[in-house]
Amino acid sequence: MSAPTATTTLLAVDDLRVEFATDHGWSTVVAGTSFSVGEREIVGLVGESGSGKTVTGLSVLGLLPRGVGRVASGSVTLGDRDLLGLSERELRSVRGNEVAMVFQEPMTSLNPAFRVGDQIAEAVRLHRGVSRRAARDRAVEVLDLVGIPHARRRADEYPHEFSGGMRQRAMIAMAVSCEPRLLIADEPTTALDVTIQAQVLELLAGMQQELGMSVLLVTHDLGVVAEVCERVVVMYAGQVVEQTDAVELFDHPRHPYTEGLLAAMPQLGSRGQRLSSIPGRTPEPWGMPQGCRFAPRCGYAVDACGEPPPLVTARSGHLSRCHRHDELTLRGAR
Amino acid sequence: MNTAGTTPGTGPLLEIEDLRVTFGSPGPRGRGRVVRAVDGVSLQVGRGRTVGLVGESGSGKSTLGRAALRLVPVRSGRVSLDGRDLTALRGRALRQARRDMQMVFQDPYSSLDPSAVIGDSIAEPLREHEGLSRRDAERRVKELLDVVGLPAGHAGRYPSEFSGGQRQRVAIARAVALNPSLVVCDEAVSALDVSTQNQVINLLEDLRARFELSYLFIAHDLAVVRHIAHEVAVMYLGHVVETGPTDRVYDSPAHPYTQALLSAIPASHPRRAGTGTRMLLSGDLPDPADPPPGCAFATRCPYAMDVCREAPPATTPVDGGGEVACHLQTSGPTLAGRTLDAAGVRAERDGSPDVVPAAVRDAP
Repeated sequence: MSAPTATTTLLAVDDLRVEFATDHGWSTVVAGTSFSVGEREIVGLVGESGSGKTVTGLSVLGLLPRGVGRVASGSVTLGDRDLLGLSERELRSVRGNEVAMVFQEPMTSLNPAFRVGDQIAEAVRLHRGVSRRAARDRAVEVLDLVGIPHARRRADEYPHEFSGGMRQRAMIAMAVSCEPRLLIADEPTTALDVTIQAQVLELLAGMQQELGMSVLLVTHDLGVVAEVCERVVVMYAGQVVEQTDAVELFDHPRHPYTEGLLAAMPQLGSRGQRLSSIPGRTPEPWGMPQGCRFAPRCGYAVDACGEPPPLVTARSGHLSRCHRHDELTLRGAR
Repeated sequence: MNTAGTTPGTGPLLEIEDLRVTFGSPGPRGRGRVVRAVDGVSLQVGRGRTVGLVGESGSGKSTLGRAALRLVPVRSGRVSLDGRDLTALRGRALRQARRDMQMVFQDPYSSLDPSAVIGDSIAEPLREHEGLSRRDAERRVKELLDVVGLPAGHAGRYPSEFSGGQRQRVAIARAVALNPSLVVCDEAVSALDVSTQNQVINLLEDLRARFELSYLFIAHDLAVVRHIAHEVAVMYLGHVVETGPTDRVYDSPAHPYTQALLSAIPASHPRRAGTGTRMLLSGDLPDPADPPPGCAFATRCPYAMDVCREAPPATTPVDGGGEVACHLQTSGPTLAGRTLDAAGVRAERDGSPDVVPAAVRDAP
C-alpha cells in the first residue's frame, strides 16, 4: 500500500458539525470534522460506537433522520459540487449515481417483498433511464460481478432466499450497479462470519480496482482497516483525532486514543494474558469535557489538556489532535 | 469427541454425548423440512476450564449451547452435569439443576427486563431459588455489583441507563448470582467495542478463577477465543469437526475448515495484509435441512476427494491433543498414516502459522 498523497480529492468534508435532538436539547454529535477521500482511494473512518463515524457517513448523502438530525454547519464537496446545498431532488440523483452506500444490515437496503434482480434493475432504471430489459441485464451482470453463482436464476429470488453473505453481496451489487464514484460502506462486514468477511473485503477491494471507485469504509474494526485501507481517519467523541496513511498509523500513532485502540486489537497471543483496554467510556454528546475530549480517559493527560487541542500536522501527511503529539512516543501495533 | 483437560478421577463437569437436536418436522408425505442443527456431537468441559466453541453462523454452536442447558428440546443423546444426567430431568428437578448452569447472551436486553431496575433483575433468581428476604437479596445484589465492577449505587437504575459493556456486566452478575458451576457464554462480547470487549473478557477470567467456574464460550471471533479458552471445539453444519488444546488447534489446525477459519482472521497490521496464505472459502454453508452425504465440509473443501463426498469421516486423534474428523487424516492416499501436522511445513504469519501445510497443498 502506498502513500496516496498525489491523488486528486474526490470527497472533501470540511468542518462538518451535526446536531441531534436529544433529551438534553440539540446536542452536537459531530463537532467540526474535516477529512478527504481521494480518487480511487480506500479510506477507513474508524471509531468506537458513539464516535460520530456513522453520522458523518450519513451526512454526506443527506440521509440524516429528518427532524432528529441536522447539519449545523460545514461543507461536503464531491468533485466541485457542494452536496449540502442540493435539493432533495438533486440529492436523489447523486445517490446511487455518484455516491452509493452499503450498510451493516443488508435488509435496510433490500426490500423483502421484491425479487433481488428487480430491485437492482429498478435502481438502474431510475438512475440511468435505460429500458426494462437493459436494466434487468445489468442487474444480472452486477450480481455475477459480485460473485453470486447462477446470477440469472438467483436474480429471480427474494432476499430471504439468500444467505447473510449473499445478501451483503447483493447489496454491494445494487450499490455498484450505477458505477458510483464513491462508495460509503458502513460496517459492511460486522454482522458477517470471519470467512464471509474475508470474501466481502476481497470483493470490495476488487470492485474498487475494477470500477475505479473511491471507498469510505466506516468501521470499528482496525483489522478490517489493516486489510484494505490506504488511509485512516480516527474519530473520537465527534471529532477527528488522527488522520494519516494506514501503515504510518499502525507503526507510529500520534494520538493516545489510537494507541489504546491498537493495543486493544485482538491479537493471536496466548491464553491468560490480560487484555488491554481504554479505561472509562466515550462521553455523551451533552457531557463533553471542556478541553481535550479524550483527556479524562488518557494516561498521558497533563494540565494543558484542559484546553481543547487543535488538529495539527504532527509530521508530513499525519494529523493529530493532541497537545503532546511531539513529545510522546506512542506504541504502534505489535 | 473428547476434549482434554479434565481432572482425572473426578470426571468432566459437563459431558455431552452423541447429542442430536432437530428443528421442524418431516411433514405430510415428507415434504416438510427437518434441520439437523446438532448432529451427533460429543463434547466435554472440565472443571474450572473454558472450552471455546467456534464456527460460522448456522454451524449449530448456539443450539448446542442451549441444548446443554436444556433450553431447546433434545432429540437424542445425553447431557450430564457433574455426573448427573440432565436429559432425564423434568419439572422441579430440572429447575433445580438449572441453578448450576447459567447463560450470558450477546444482547443483555434479551435477558434483562427493560422495565425493572437492574437490582431487581439480579435479585430475582436469588429470591426465587434461595428464598432470600428482600433485605438479604439487596445485600447480595450490592456484593454482586461490586464483583462485576459496577458501583453498588447503580442497583436502582434501569438497563437503558447503562452502556453496552455495563449491561453485559449486569447480565454476568445475574448469571453468577446462584454460584453456578457452568456458564454458557453465547457471543457474550461480540456486540461490544473492542476496548470494552477486553474489559469483559478480563472480568470473565477473574470470575472463573474466583468462583471456579467453567465456561462454554461460544464465539465467532477466533482471536477472542484464543485468549479465553483452554480447549477449542470447531463446529461445522451440526458437527464438531475438530477439538484440541487451544495452542495446538491454532498453531497446527488439523481440519481444513479450521485452517480456513484461522486464515480468514484479518491482519493486525496493514503491512501484513495479504501476506499470509488466505484460504478463501467459496460459497456458503450448505442447507442444514439437506446436508451433503459424506463429509459436511466437502462442498467447500479445497482438498475434497471422492471419498469425502461418499462417506462421513471418522474421528482420529491428533498429535498434540484433540481429535479431528477428516478423511485427509485417515484415508488421504498420499498422507496415509500421517497427520496434516506431521506432513506440513509451518511458516509464521501474524503470530499464527501458515495454515496450509505444503503436503496438503499438493494433496489430490
